[in-house]
Amino acid sequence: MAKVSMTVNGKSVSGEVEGRTLLSTFLREGLGLTGTHVGCDTSQCGACVVHIDGKAVKSCTTFAQDVAGAEVKTIEGMANTDGSLSTIQQAFQDHHGLQCGFCTPGMVMSAAALLADNPKPTEAEVRHHLEGNICRCTGYHNIVKAVLAASGQDVGQIAAE
Amino acid sequence: MPKDGGIGASTKRREDVRFLTGKGRYTDDINIRGQAHAWFVRSDVAHGTLNKVDVAAAEAMPGVLKVFTAADFAGVGGIPCGWQVTDRFGKPMLEPKHPVLAEGKVRHVGDPIAVVVAETLEQARDAAEAVEVDISELTPVLDMKAAIAADAPKVHEEIGSNLCYDWGFVEENKAAVEEAFKNAAHVTTLELVNNRLVANPMEPRVAVGDFDSAGGMHTLYTTSQNPHVIRLLMGAFVLGIPEHKLRVVAPDVGGGFGSKIYHYAEEAFVTFAAKTLNRPVKWTSTRSEAFISDAQGRDHVTKIELALDKDNNFTALRTETYANMGAYLSTFAPSIPTWLHGTLMAGNYRTPLIYVNVKAVFTNTVPVDAYRGAGRPEATFQLERLVDKAARELGVSPVELRRQNFIKPDQFPYQTPVAVVYDTGNYDATMDKLLEISDYAGFPARAAEAKARGKWRGFGVAHYIEACGIAPSNLVGQLGARAGLYESATVRVNATGSLSVFTGSHSHGQGHETSFAQVVAEMIGIDAGQIEIVHGDTSNTPMGMGTYGSRSLAVGGSAIVKATNKIINKAKKIAAHLLEASEADIELKDGKFSVAGTDKSVDWSGVTLAAYVPHNYPLESMEPGLEETAFYDPSNFTYPSGGYGCEVEVDPETGKVEIVAFSAADDFGNIVNPMIVEGQVQGGLAQGIGQALMENCVFDENGQLLSGSFMDYAMPRAEDVPFFKVDHSCVTPCTHNPLGVKGCGEAGAIGSPPAVVNAVIDAFHRAGRTDITHIDMPVSPARVWAALNG
Repeated sequence: MAKVSMTVNGKSVSGEVEGRTLLSTFLREGLGLTGTHVGCDTSQCGACVVHIDGKAVKSCTTFAQDVAGAEVKTIEGMANTDGSLSTIQQAFQDHHGLQCGFCTPGMVMSAAALLADNPKPTEAEVRHHLEGNICRCTGYHNIVKAVLAASGQDVGQIAAE
Repeated sequence: MPKDGGIGASTKRREDVRFLTGKGRYTDDINIRGQAHAWFVRSDVAHGTLNKVDVAAAEAMPGVLKVFTAADFAGVGGIPCGWQVTDRFGKPMLEPKHPVLAEGKVRHVGDPIAVVVAETLEQARDAAEAVEVDISELTPVLDMKAAIAADAPKVHEEIGSNLCYDWGFVEENKAAVEEAFKNAAHVTTLELVNNRLVANPMEPRVAVGDFDSAGGMHTLYTTSQNPHVIRLLMGAFVLGIPEHKLRVVAPDVGGGFGSKIYHYAEEAFVTFAAKTLNRPVKWTSTRSEAFISDAQGRDHVTKIELALDKDNNFTALRTETYANMGAYLSTFAPSIPTWLHGTLMAGNYRTPLIYVNVKAVFTNTVPVDAYRGAGRPEATFQLERLVDKAARELGVSPVELRRQNFIKPDQFPYQTPVAVVYDTGNYDATMDKLLEISDYAGFPARAAEAKARGKWRGFGVAHYIEACGIAPSNLVGQLGARAGLYESATVRVNATGSLSVFTGSHSHGQGHETSFAQVVAEMIGIDAGQIEIVHGDTSNTPMGMGTYGSRSLAVGGSAIVKATNKIINKAKKIAAHLLEASEADIELKDGKFSVAGTDKSVDWSGVTLAAYVPHNYPLESMEPGLEETAFYDPSNFTYPSGGYGCEVEVDPETGKVEIVAFSAADDFGNIVNPMIVEGQVQGGLAQGIGQALMENCVFDENGQLLSGSFMDYAMPRAEDVPFFKVDHSCVTPCTHNPLGVKGCGEAGAIGSPPAVVNAVIDAFHRAGRTDITHIDMPVSPARVWAALNG
């Protein structure tokens, strides 16, 4: 066991971890931040995506020790400071971009990383960017629509509004 | 309408806020002080004799509390099956024991052999490596047709056969069907496979067992679609725990699609182990484990034939299906290829004579049970592929051949030759709507444009029927169900007028917390924000049967309506007393009770307060309080239907099929929340497209699962599907439930696979490849390329 320290959602945290402890485990079990989900064991589903120093990363494939000193942001840190939903979160609710909610934290984190890099993505760019995030409920229709809406684009013409 | 949304409003979902902020409470988020962790040692061979399990070394490892084997479960029942099918000779199905942990044999890769419980998950996993398992491998039973040969190895020696049942439906029609085929002007035949699928909800299964030794109370937290069903099955049939000492909680559940209906061994294990060790015990499935322990779906091999007269009217239909049960009978498995499949073979058509034969077969594979649609996608796929093939053979339009044989709007209620009575529908209307929203008329121009780019464009149509809202208990009882299939609701009105609604339905993505509140808000005329929907805990909800078969609104919603009507009736009596008027003169509108024709009124909270502070109250004739429970048992299934259209482009160079457009015109009866309904259809479409083009559960010749992870099993991703056109404006309300609703959860997955494959075949034929009349799912690039290039 070794001590690891990092910043999570703006707060300095530290804890004892084994070399094999995954960041997802450290967040969920060590810090009680259970919004980060684990949906697979092959780094495919993306339910565990968090931001490490601003980049979207799969926390199930990252050792906690490897991010010592980093700035980590999870779904729990995405709301506005007054507690209201951020633009992306609000777009997911407005456009029914979630059903069971399990993939949602990873989807929101991935979408936020996309919009930080590419503020006005096309539909094709959104779909391509989300290739590492699997959703079984929505058929992606309303997720893609929500991300486009969060980027400020008009989604009124998209079918089944 | 209440200002925050009643029936018909696309109210935003209240549950979203917690899910979007990481505050959902899923089963794996539950950690109980002092909990230990379980890790299952599973068979890595498909079929074998279990000679010895040596746990001594593992039990000596750091942190290990105990290693459990079958010997620990000697006094415990097997995992029960909830449905008994009677075969065509009047005999009950063969029903082998399904032990919690393997006894003497292992029967599929993933069959649990032993369980290590340790202080930490890492310690349990490490110790599992030290459990010594001695297995003598046996020849695995994999091919269904070979499995029923007399000399085939047996999955369960003690039952003497791999044939679970040989079912005929309707057996009395068989001779007449044969005769009709002899007299047919044309017969179309199709042999096909309905590929095995893995449900793969994004949340893997989790079970946490807790035991309060002081009170003798067991609690199971589990990822279930129906906690009361688990309590009954596990308590009564496996562990012998009476219901009042067993609480089952299914909190936020991350998707189900059928795979979380069933009672699983891991649930019984943690409940049992928590008492044995006097410690809470937690098990969380990995995704790899889910692939070999969650019940899978579909897996039918079918031959289907259609007889037509000289005018292209359907005269008879017959099918022979081999249905894979896997190694053990999962909870509802026997009902899927029979009562949820054979009864749907009339489809939308007037076919007068139908005979369905189903042979259910045990194999050394993961058990198979309901997956989104459950029997109805299998029925729809074969029928809608067959009708399409018939149209091509006869040189008529697939759309027109369907129309010609549709049940017409004035023929409802319609008694089919396969037992069910469709209450309402208008198939011409949904077909018309489909052709409109898909711009069918403009297809030739789009096909020509694609051709100029070297792509083969095709348009495929399918029209489905499903039986939802399962079901009338007396009917399903006759069909072999070992449980009732009603639903329950308790409406508790609080003193100041807010309400808690306790439902036996369970939400795992369907948005019940929003849509059920819309129904109650509309009925009373108060804001939905005053209504809390409570579900998922047997300790506070009335005995209910849970969520599957698109039944929650049709059956669970109807129970809520019934309980709310009882509330309103009692509230009117209280209002009449307060207003010194006759009860018959009391009207409820917009949350206010008034005396008809006067300006006298009392608002909702005035009545609710009087119910709980009964200072001025008719105590001589009524009890105080305002809380009512209702159980609703429907008189029939509901019958959603719809027309689905898929447009594909095939790249003849690579065999890749791209879905370029998909349109769905559904008739779900009345709609409570259009936004949620559209979302349900979109999700179902992606699963159906996944089945048609990508997903396949593959076992090799040794029974090893080749598609055992998300690296190997192709889940649809965002780039694999287009935006969908979804329409639900065709409405023929259900006639027998109070909301007139039919259910929408499974339609997308039922109607889409045949539409996709029909579109691919259409593209082939338009390109001159009329020699290719069928291609099995998944229609992968490799299969298309092979079909085109021999």
